[in-house]
Amino acid sequence: MKSLAELEAIRAKTLENISLRKEGNNTARIVVGMATCGIAAGARPVMLAFIEEVNKRKLEGVTVSQTGCVGMCRYEPMVDVILPGQEKVTYIKLKPDMVARIVAEHIVNGKVVEEYTIGAAQD
Amino acid sequence: MRDLSLHLLDLAQNSVKANATLVTIRLTLAEDGWLTFTLEDDGSGMSEELLRQVRDPFTTTRTTRRVGLGIPMMEETARRTGGEMHIESTLGQGTTLTARLNTRHLDCLPLGDVAGTLLTLFIGCPDKPDFLFEGVTPKGECSFDTRMVRQVLGDIPLNEPAVVAWMQEALQEEINPIFGGVMI
Repeated sequence: MKSLAELEAIRAKTLENISLRKEGNNTARIVVGMATCGIAAGARPVMLAFIEEVNKRKLEGVTVSQTGCVGMCRYEPMVDVILPGQEKVTYIKLKPDMVARIVAEHIVNGKVVEEYTIGAAQD
Repeated sequence: MRDLSLHLLDLAQNSVKANATLVTIRLTLAEDGWLTFTLEDDGSGMSEELLRQVRDPFTTTRTTRRVGLGIPMMEETARRTGGEMHIESTLGQGTTLTARLNTRHLDCLPLGDVAGTLLTLFIGCPDKPDFLFEGVTPKGECSFDTRMVRQVLGDIPLNEPAVVAWMQEALQEEINPIFGGVMI
């Protein structure tokens, strides 16, 4: 088992970061659809790819979480990216190899990857 | 579902939606190749009527569409191997789902990435409930308890990136020697 002392150090550091973040309200959220439809369509490897990419780039203030079924099961795996102060962007039919580009272009550089969005599919 | 871990991930969401405070997941692989999967929660439980209907694919509590496939698919996955699925539930007290599968049957799904599945489950529910995982195979035992992690973390949610990285390593170290680390 990894040491809990290590976790204690993470806690101390995170508390500092969280208080800084609260002042600026700059948390980016990545929300993965995790109902039966999303899971069956491949949401788990997509979520793990986002986690991997966020860790690799050591991004601060980016959280990955989940939501249920939003009723558009044919578009799963679906992921919402919500940057502070901006409208939610919904990406559809994601595969793990599409994730690095979304993190680099959208979350880091603020440029939405239009071709992966639900808007592109419905045009 | 492509592997058994995905069923685990999917069915655990039912416990989360039932407002459980503790979800216990047990995977026990016996010497004879039979795998017992138990999911126990202290959530809202089900009425006798819902319990009777819950295996029906056209029963669901969700409002976004009319089908609910998680439980019927688990039952089908177990039955294909000659196994079975049971659900016990008491309204207001919680639900226990047990599936038994013969892993030596040709039609048994692979177990899949247990550590990765638990990680996605924990991160997806960063504030509550807590999860206790216990695994037993002929190779040995492993366990992971999010209550222990939360005790150290206090109010910090489990999906903080540094915490996620710690849990990922901890889960892999703990679980992969026992269940292998097969990715789909």
